[in-house]
Amino acid sequence: MRTFLTLLGREVKSFFYSPIAYVVLFFFLIATGFNFYSGVSFLNQSPSEVTVVEAAFNTVLFWFPFVLIFPLITMRTYADEFRMGTIETLATAPVSDWQIVLAKFLGALLFYILIWAPSFLYFVAFQTITGKQAALAAGAFGGSYLLLLLIGAFYVALGCLASALTNEQINAAVMTFVAIFGFFVTGLLGFIMNSPSQAIRDVISYFSAVEHMADFSRGLIDSRPIVWYTSMTVFVLFLNLQVFQYRKWKA
Amino acid sequence: MIKVVNLTKRYPGFTAVRDISFEVDKGEVVGFLGPNGAGKSTTMRMLTGYLPPTSGHASIAGFDIFEQSIHARQHLGYLPESTPLYHDMRVNEYLRYRASLKGVESSKITERVGDVLEMCDLKEKERSLIGTLSKGQKQRVGLADALVHDPDLLILDEPTIGLDPNQIRQVRELIKNLAHRRTVLISTHILPEVEMMCSRVVVIHKGRIRASDTPENLLQKHRSTGEVRLELHNAPEDARTKLASLGGVKDVQLKKTQNDSLFLLRTEAEADPTTELLRLAGDQHWDVRGLVRKKPTLEDVFVDLTQGD
Repeated sequence: MRTFLTLLGREVKSFFYSPIAYVVLFFFLIATGFNFYSGVSFLNQSPSEVTVVEAAFNTVLFWFPFVLIFPLITMRTYADEFRMGTIETLATAPVSDWQIVLAKFLGALLFYILIWAPSFLYFVAFQTITGKQAALAAGAFGGSYLLLLLIGAFYVALGCLASALTNEQINAAVMTFVAIFGFFVTGLLGFIMNSPSQAIRDVISYFSAVEHMADFSRGLIDSRPIVWYTSMTVFVLFLNLQVFQYRKWKA
Repeated sequence: MIKVVNLTKRYPGFTAVRDISFEVDKGEVVGFLGPNGAGKSTTMRMLTGYLPPTSGHASIAGFDIFEQSIHARQHLGYLPESTPLYHDMRVNEYLRYRASLKGVESSKITERVGDVLEMCDLKEKERSLIGTLSKGQKQRVGLADALVHDPDLLILDEPTIGLDPNQIRQVRELIKNLAHRRTVLISTHILPEVEMMCSRVVVIHKGRIRASDTPENLLQKHRSTGEVRLELHNAPEDARTKLASLGGVKDVQLKKTQNDSLFLLRTEAEADPTTELLRLAGDQHWDVRGLVRKKPTLEDVFVDLTQGD
């Protein structure tokens, strides 16, 4: 356990050794801040049935920066170690391959959580200043942030997998972006297709992060996306371990 | 300490290591020699648990390198070829991280890191970013990392490659000092170094072990000819024939420069004509300027064992 925490500690710290963490944090705060501001001003224009939480998490302004941060967070994780050769010192220390894979995944996930953390203050500030509730139920808050965590875990795992496939950060970033964009667009097909059958609609709805967020930000916590994202995360991490060992053993 | 039995590593289309077996006892310093691509690094990577062997077994301190890999790794310090390090960490920060990763108790980390910084002469650089260090200093950080958990066994893959002569000397001194209480397996191309440091040499070529012996025995077995150089001032005409008639001399070559003559005598392996030669020179009143009996070096043995086929 102690070796795992040591590994995890280095993974989290390693984000802050390079300026990239600060750049990501800075621009992400600006993007989410602007998104929140436009959500509030949208509600100011006319009477509406949605809450601030719903308005903030269901816009293009929310989704656009959201899908862009994952390549930035995960591209370094393995690619840099393979390129520098440090994977050899890491993998010959008395740690198991599973510990390495989990530490890298959790390290990136913790950083992801860290960059989302300040956004919670927006809603606290809203309630304090306006005296109105940001969401009508605790479930809407909990649901939104739970789903952010679940989608985040899945996308971070995808990013780690992509990074384990290559020596170059830029390749990892492109692959991650393509993969996430692929899942995202598949989820949007339901809106584009002309009257798809119920079966197709059901399958597509698993992929649709947008639909999931629409539900969860209203406090409608559906078990299907929870199972879907959790099992996909575990599956991708399993692939990640296989790829990691394969590349190491091929050296 | 190390036991290797019929170890083989095959890649699609080529075999890097073929069925090698050797043992290294506690306290030995073993030089692992071979040309580039001979399978040295592959063997070391298998021993450190980085690569799984295709077949065969190996154990470190009694632990199988594959089945009980984590236990085996706790007993070894490994410095990979080209010394990979995290360039964005500071020296002491990196060593603390590595110590903790290798299971050094929290209360002992500061002491251990202090010790290895001292040993590797890095005290002044402990706050420096690793990326800003010179190559020799990086090499010493790599060694400090290999040593930080006080392992019984050190596996060093070409620790002096790419260093300048001063740095090579520093690293060599360091390894010599380390060897007192530890078992060391070291691969290198610098053969005089091996003669100085190693109690035994394993020569590997094309994935097979060609020789495994003490440097002295290797030299004994593999020297086929000896060489004596004699330098004379104003040598007489008949000097060459007189030299050629000495016992054990196979042939004599002559290089002349103005008044000085340099004779190169090739001799039988075990023959030593120097005493006889000096007597002859005294009798003939030759003006001897220099006499050198060249000993065969490991380099000759290395070339012998690894050239051809």
